Amino acid sequence: MSAAPTTENKPAAPAIEKIKVKVDGHEIDVPRLMPDWSGKLTPTTMIQACEQAKTDVPHYCWHPKLPVAGNCRMCLVEFGTPALGPDRKPVTNPDGTPKIAKSPRPAIACATPISPGMEIYTTTPSVKQMREGVLESLLINHPLDCPICDQAGECKLQEYSIDYGQSASRFVEHKVHKPKAVDLGPRIVFDAERCILCTRCIRFTRDIAGDDKLGIVNRGSYNTIATFPGTPFDNNYTLNTVDICPVGALTSKDFRFQMRVWFLKETKSVCTSCGTGCSALLSSREGKIYRYTPRDNDAVNGSWMCDAGRLNYKWIHLPDRLKEVLVRGQKSTWIVALNEVADKLKNVPVGSLAIVASARQTNEELWLISKLKHKLGAVSDSVPRAGEADKLLVSADKNPNTNGARLTRICFTEVGTNLPQIAAGIQSGQIKTLLVFGEDVTKHGISAELLGKLDTLVVSDILPNATTQLAHYLLPGAAHAEKRGTFTNTKGRVQKFMQAVEAPGDARAEWEFLHDLVYNVTGKNGFLTIEGLFNEMAKDVSAFNGLTWAALGDTGVTVQI
Amino acid sequence: MAQEYKLILKHADESGYTPDIECYLRHGGYEALKKALAIPPKDLPDGKKLTAQEQIREDVKVSGLRGRGGAGFSCGLKWSFVDRKSGKPIYLICNADESEPGTFKDRQIIHKDPHQLIEGMIISCFANDVKLAYIYIRGEMPEGAKLLIKALAEAKAKNFLGNNILGTSYSLEMYVHRGAGAYICGEETGLIESLEGKRPYPRIKPPYFPAVLGLWMCPTIVNNVETLCNVKHIVAMGGAEFAKLGTPNNTGTRIVSLSGHVKRPGYYEIEVGKATLGELINDPQFGGGLRDGRTLKAIIPGGSSSKILKAGEKFKIKKKGPDGKDVQVEIDMLDLPYDFDSLAQAGTMSGSSAIIVMDDSVDIVEALANLSEFYAHESCGQCTPCREGSLWMNKTLHRLTHGEGRKQDAEYLVKIADNIPGGRTICAFGEACSWPVQSFVAKFKDEFVAKGAADEERRGKELHVTEPVRKIEVAAGSKH
Repeated sequence: MSAAPTTENKPAAPAIEKIKVKVDGHEIDVPRLMPDWSGKLTPTTMIQACEQAKTDVPHYCWHPKLPVAGNCRMCLVEFGTPALGPDRKPVTNPDGTPKIAKSPRPAIACATPISPGMEIYTTTPSVKQMREGVLESLLINHPLDCPICDQAGECKLQEYSIDYGQSASRFVEHKVHKPKAVDLGPRIVFDAERCILCTRCIRFTRDIAGDDKLGIVNRGSYNTIATFPGTPFDNNYTLNTVDICPVGALTSKDFRFQMRVWFLKETKSVCTSCGTGCSALLSSREGKIYRYTPRDNDAVNGSWMCDAGRLNYKWIHLPDRLKEVLVRGQKSTWIVALNEVADKLKNVPVGSLAIVASARQTNEELWLISKLKHKLGAVSDSVPRAGEADKLLVSADKNPNTNGARLTRICFTEVGTNLPQIAAGIQSGQIKTLLVFGEDVTKHGISAELLGKLDTLVVSDILPNATTQLAHYLLPGAAHAEKRGTFTNTKGRVQKFMQAVEAPGDARAEWEFLHDLVYNVTGKNGFLTIEGLFNEMAKDVSAFNGLTWAALGDTGVTVQI
Repeated sequence: MAQEYKLILKHADESGYTPDIECYLRHGGYEALKKALAIPPKDLPDGKKLTAQEQIREDVKVSGLRGRGGAGFSCGLKWSFVDRKSGKPIYLICNADESEPGTFKDRQIIHKDPHQLIEGMIISCFANDVKLAYIYIRGEMPEGAKLLIKALAEAKAKNFLGNNILGTSYSLEMYVHRGAGAYICGEETGLIESLEGKRPYPRIKPPYFPAVLGLWMCPTIVNNVETLCNVKHIVAMGGAEFAKLGTPNNTGTRIVSLSGHVKRPGYYEIEVGKATLGELINDPQFGGGLRDGRTLKAIIPGGSSSKILKAGEKFKIKKKGPDGKDVQVEIDMLDLPYDFDSLAQAGTMSGSSAIIVMDDSVDIVEALANLSEFYAHESCGQCTPCREGSLWMNKTLHRLTHGEGRKQDAEYLVKIADNIPGGRTICAFGEACSWPVQSFVAKFKDEFVAKGAADEERRGKELHVTEPVRKIEVAAGSKH
C-alpha cells in the first residue's frame, strides 16, 4: 500500500492567525498572511480579502502570479479602520460597535494590506466614479477596433466597459497614435495603441521567465512597450504574455486572425510535450483545434505554459493521419482485425511475444497493455525520450507519461533497457509476435529487417512511419485531444484530460480497442467507460490505490512514485 | 515690517564669497559638524543614556523643521520613521532635483555655498547612522554637479568625509548622481528608482515607504537641499533657538523664489510666516511691486502645481488671538502670511516656496496651457489617470488657445481634472497636474468660457459649425 494520495504536493502550512474585516458590510475571517505571487507569505491585501468575500474588484495590472505593480488604478476602493481616541484606544458607537474612521483617500486593493476591523467599500458612488474615470482614461486613446481585434470576446476593456463605460465618448481631441503590428519576436505581434501599459508582460518576462527583454519607452501618454533595439522578444515563454495581456495589444502570430474566440469550445486537457504535463485548455471549433492556453494548476504549472508545448498541436490535424484499419495492407474493420489479433495472441507460446508500448499513452491504456502482458507472459518496454530541461516548466523527459509506464510495469525505472533484449529475441527467432503502440521502433534499435522476421506485427499509431508500413495489423489510434484519459507526470501528479475533437476516419481511442482486445484475450470485462476503467485500474495499481476518476478533479492528485 | 532674514544664504551673496572649502572654513564652516561629532552621551533621569545621534534627532524634532521640498512634512518625524532595526544599511539622499517651475532656491545654495549643504548632510547622516549618501542633482544643473563633486573632494581631503571623520569612529561616503532631465525624479521614490538605474516610476506606498523599503530596498531618508542645510543650523544654534525663528509650527527661514511680473524678481530668505504675500510682492526690499501701470491678476504661491490665488480673493483663516485662542479672521489674499499653514487654509500651499506673479497682461488660458504642456510632458505615464489625463487636459487647452475652443470646455476641463487627484494616482504628480486646471478654471471661469464662445462664434460665422473642425496635433509633450 502506498502513501495516501494528496491533492497538493506541499506540506500543510502552519495555522495562520485570522483577522476580521468587513467587505461591503459582510464580515469575514481572513488569514493575516497569504501567499504572494511568488508563494511567500505576506500580509493579506484588500483584493485577496475581497476575493475571499466573493466580491469582484475589477483590475487590469494585478495578477495573482505576478509582482504587484499598482499602476492601472482600476482596483481603487474606499476603506475605513477602527477609530482611535486620543488615548489610542478604539472609539465605540453608542450601540457598542467600533466606530470606523473612513479614510479620506481611496486605496488600491491590490497593494494595500488589511488590518483588523478594516471595512472595505467596493460599491460606493465614489468607487464607481473612480472606476469610470479610469476606464474613460484607458479608452480615450484606444483605437476602439474591437471588430478586428483578436482579443474581442475575452477582453477586460470590453468587460469593464459594460460595467463602467459610457455609451458615447466625450473625448473630442486628436488621439495619440502609436506603432501598430510591431514584430516583437518570432511569436508575438504588438499593437501599441491597444496597450493599456499595465506592465504584466514586462513583469512576466522579467520575474517569471527570467528574460528581462521588455520595457517602456517614451513618456506619459506616449509610453509604449518595446524591446531593446536589436534584441527580439524570444524565449520559450513569450506566448504567456499574450494570455495575461488584458487587452488585444499582444497577440500570438499563430492564433492571430484564425478564429473569433466566442466560437471556440474550451476543453480541459493536459499538454503532452514533456513530462511536466501542464494543465491546458484546448480551444477548438467544429473538430479543429486552434490553440492551447495554460490552465491554472498550482501543483503543476501555475498559470503558465511553454511556447513549444502550446504550439505542438498541428500534428493532430495532419492530412496523413492514419484513418483506416489495415490487415496486411488491406482495408478492414475493427471487428475483423481485433478478432484475428486476439486469436493469434491467445495462441502465442509463452516467451514469444513482445510489447513496445509508448510513454505517450495514458495510464489506462498502459494498464490494459500490462494486463495482456501478464496474461501472455510477454516482455515489454517503452521508448525513452530525453531532452533539455529549463528552470521553469520544461522537463528533460519528453514523454508525458513515463511514470504511468513505470507504475503499470510496462517498463523499468530506466526506460528502454528491454529494447535490445527484444531486438535480440527477434533476431534469434524466439520472439515471433510484436505489439507496437505509438512508437517507430525502427528508430529505437528494432530495424525494419528485424521486423520482417516476425510472424505477426501489430501496430497502433497516429501518424505513418517505417514501423506502421510493415504492420500486419495496423490499428489507427487517437491523439490525446481526441480521447479521455490520465497521465502521471514527472512528480507523480495524476491528471485527467477530456476529449476536445473527434478522431479522423476509423481511428479510435486506444483504451477502447484495447479493452476489446483484453476482453477477447482474457475474458475480463467491466470497464467500458473511462470512469470505470480508471477506477478499476486504481484498485489494481498500488500507487493509484484510493483514486477515483471523479476525485481527480480538474487539477489532479499527486501520488507516490 | 517684514524683512529678509538670512540664515542659509547668510554669506552666499557677500562679495568675495566663493564656493571653495577655504572660504567656507573662513566663515565658520564645518564647526557645526565638529560640534555634532563631539556631543557627549546625555544621561536621562531614568538612568538611560541618549547618544549623540539620538540627541541630534531629538533636536531636529524640537526645531519643528518642516521639509522645504514641497510637502512641508516634519523632518524630525520623517527621520523617526526610519527602520533602524532591520540590520540593513540606512541611506540618505539629498533631493537636489529642483524642477518645480518657478523654483530656483536650491540652485543658489549649490552654486554659491555647496559646503553648507555637505555639512548639513554629514550631520544628518551622522545623526541617522548613515554610511553612504547620495546627492541626486537634476541633469539640467551641470555646473552645480561639477561644484558639488569638487566640494566633496575638498571635504574628503580635509577628512570631513571618508573614513574616521575628524578622528572619530564615524565614516561616511557621499556621491553625486546626475539625473537625466525628468521632473518626476524629484518625487522621492521615483528618484530612488532612477538612482537604482531604472526608469523613474514612483513606487506604490504601501509597501515601499522609503523609511523602510527605499534605495536597494533598504531604509532611506530623502531630504531637500534646503532642509538639510537647516540641520546644520539647528545643530549650531540648538533646536529650541531655531524654533524661535519664524512662527509657531512654521519655524525657521525659507528661501522664496519670486518670479513673474514684479520689478525685482529673485530669491529672498525670510522667516517663515513673518512676511505676507503682499509684502513679498510689493515691498521695495522684496519684489518692489508690479511693473508700472499694471495691476495684479493672480499669484501662484508655491510652485506651478499649487492652486492659483486670484487678486482680491478673501479667505477666512484661523489665527491665534491675543488671548491665545483661535479666532477666525477674514483677510485678503495679499495679507496671507507666507507660511505652510496659512496657505493651506487658503486652499493652496507654499510648496517649494516659489511665487509666480501675474499681472493684468496675462491671458489666464494661455498661462494654464503653458503649465499643462509642462505636466503632459513630464507625466511618467505609469498610472492611468495621470498618464491619460495630463495629455488630455493639454490637448484641450491647446485647442482652446488655437482658435478651436468651445463654450463647454471650461467644464470639460474640470471634469477631466477631477478624475486625477485625491489618491487616484501613485504619486502626487496627479495632484500637481490637476490642481492648476481645477483652480484656474474655478477662479477664472468666465475667461475660459469667453474664449470658447468667441471661437464658436467665429466658426459659426465662417463655417456655420460650432464644433471644432481642425484636429490639432499637439506638438508639446511629444516623444523625446
